[in-house]
Amino acid sequence: MNENTKSVNRTSAEQRSLLPSRVGQKIQKHWRLIVITIPFVWLLLFFLLPFFIVAKISVAELKIASPPFSNMFEWTDSGIVTVRIVFDNFIYIMTDNLYFDTYLNSVKIAAVSTFVCLLFGYPIAYGIVRSGPLAKPIFLFLVILPFWTSFLLRVYAWMGLLSDQGTINSILIALGIIDEPIQMLYTEFAVYIGIVYTYMPFMILPLYANLEKLDGSLNEAAADLGSRPTNTFFKVTLPLTMPGVIAGSLLVFIPATGEYVIPDLLGGGNVQMIGRVLYNEFSRNTDWPVASAVALTMLFLLVLPIIVFQYYQGKSTGGK
Amino acid sequence: MIEKSNVDHTTWHTDDKTKPLVQIKGLTKKFGDVIAVDNVDLDIYQGELFCLLGGSGCGKSTLLRMLAGFEDPEAGTIHIDGMDMSNVPAYERPTNMMFQSYALFPHMTVEKNIAFGLQQDVMPKDEIADRVHDILKLVELEGYKKRRPQQLSGGQRQRVALARSLVKEPKLLLLDEPLAALDKKLRKQTQFELANIQEQVGVTFIVVTHDQEEAMTLSSRMAVMDAGRFKQIGTPTEIYEFPESRFVADFIGSANIFEGRVSEDGSDHVLVSTNVGEVYINHGQSVAENKQIWVGLRPEKIHLSITSPKNTGPNQIMGQVEDIGYLGETSIYKVRLQNGQIVDVTAPNQRRPMSRTHSITWEDTVFLSWEPESVMLLTS
Repeated sequence: MNENTKSVNRTSAEQRSLLPSRVGQKIQKHWRLIVITIPFVWLLLFFLLPFFIVAKISVAELKIASPPFSNMFEWTDSGIVTVRIVFDNFIYIMTDNLYFDTYLNSVKIAAVSTFVCLLFGYPIAYGIVRSGPLAKPIFLFLVILPFWTSFLLRVYAWMGLLSDQGTINSILIALGIIDEPIQMLYTEFAVYIGIVYTYMPFMILPLYANLEKLDGSLNEAAADLGSRPTNTFFKVTLPLTMPGVIAGSLLVFIPATGEYVIPDLLGGGNVQMIGRVLYNEFSRNTDWPVASAVALTMLFLLVLPIIVFQYYQGKSTGGK
Repeated sequence: MIEKSNVDHTTWHTDDKTKPLVQIKGLTKKFGDVIAVDNVDLDIYQGELFCLLGGSGCGKSTLLRMLAGFEDPEAGTIHIDGMDMSNVPAYERPTNMMFQSYALFPHMTVEKNIAFGLQQDVMPKDEIADRVHDILKLVELEGYKKRRPQQLSGGQRQRVALARSLVKEPKLLLLDEPLAALDKKLRKQTQFELANIQEQVGVTFIVVTHDQEEAMTLSSRMAVMDAGRFKQIGTPTEIYEFPESRFVADFIGSANIFEGRVSEDGSDHVLVSTNVGEVYINHGQSVAENKQIWVGLRPEKIHLSITSPKNTGPNQIMGQVEDIGYLGETSIYKVRLQNGQIVDVTAPNQRRPMSRTHSITWEDTVFLSWEPESVMLLTS
């Protein structure tokens, strides 16, 4: 009798425990689908779709019309669809030296800026990681603080600092160090300052995240084994923070290459970068097909090597 | 440079027992207001396996880190092999450390991890390779040269860490909880391995541990630490059998402690009257009469009997079995004395009981007795 009631109790308990878990699994399955779908829909709508539109325009012809390019598909009266794809725009970009030189200049400016960001950003990130528990959040806040003001405003502020009658020149003249203002605004130097200043947080933050999780006892172990601090840095700390270095460098290099506002405002007409050329083609010349071709070419020139690089990087660190 | 390493090699085999290898004098370290290590003196001799034993926060790790050069003392000095370490940075000290987390370099193979220390000295490549090979043989990891630390088991990582710290043939090897990350079974096995390796290489070891069993098995000498000070320093036997204070008696093993006063201090004995009766101690410790004192009795040193003793006298009490813990090899009896105090007694189960129950069972009146030399005299 006693045993009987026990077994009955057990089965009902099992049923009770089974039911919610089945429902839970169903909900979980749906949730997984929803969670995966959202980013894919986002990427489809705001990345892939615009990308194909740009790609489509780049193989069209310039037309005085609105929109100012030829249609890819045309329906003739007899019901036949004709597809028009022209590669003239790409050929034009490749044959005209202006574009090649501008690409090269963009990559050079972006690369140098990235290097300078790394040179200053690494010690800053390192210092923040090593700072005390009270100072650390303050330093981190200071790194992010510039984002709270408009980017455009900050670039204009640099114009005020760098111009011939600007703050820096006025102070130098007042101190008697120089007699005539040094031209800083509308030079490549100003563009470097603008890019390094603007993109520095993008270098510091991934480096900080990487350095922060670095096991401090590794440094001690290296010292214990007779390694001097500089040697420890190059043999232990730097190799282990390479993921942060690469992430930070990509975050600076990619947007810096296509930068438009900074070379336009701080470089004036003296510094050619691909962002400005693109803008000029698009809005001044209203040559959408060439502008699209310029954009696509840049994408392939920059993104493909980066993807290949990251693939091999992932492979070599994946073995860990 | 080869000559230099040869010189090092001979120095750690010099058996100079008269002069300590490590001399610590008045060493003090504070973290803010907290005193981690409080005015500590310690001598450690060549070839010793010295354990620093204590609970968490007792200052044992801080002491070890000061020896390695990772922490600067507020006061006091450390001499290693006669050399003052005050202004010697960690990377120039003749010590190596095995970290609790092992701190293996994740971006290097086992081979490169071990070679790292040797590469800091100028040493020919083939000699480095030879020494790496030899040390890997010692820790039985020859086939794992090209693996990365992440591809090893916990026990293998522990041995790589040991090999890396030993390969430079330091005068002094510091080990911070070397076995804490291993599971229990592996830990017991590794305890003996570690002691064997120490014997083979002859390097002086200082081991920090919170595990009393580990300290007892490993050490040739040990120090029990509490609140930044040494409570007692001695061989494992001295610490276990002759603790000087209630703290040490209770920290190492377990102890039944009775408070009392010295009623008689003879030349070969001490008589202590406690609240549970007279205790006669026949080892020659001298204590002032009428002084407040504590006596300690290890659970395994107490005899348990149902029959009343033939003669009356000191060193026996009566009680009632309140609880029995059956552990298989031994049983723990919790005996309530007449004054209410509970005394732990362990008895080996040398014979399989005839019936399924114990010969001594709950509510039984039992008589406890002990040898006069088994009593521990605790002065604080």
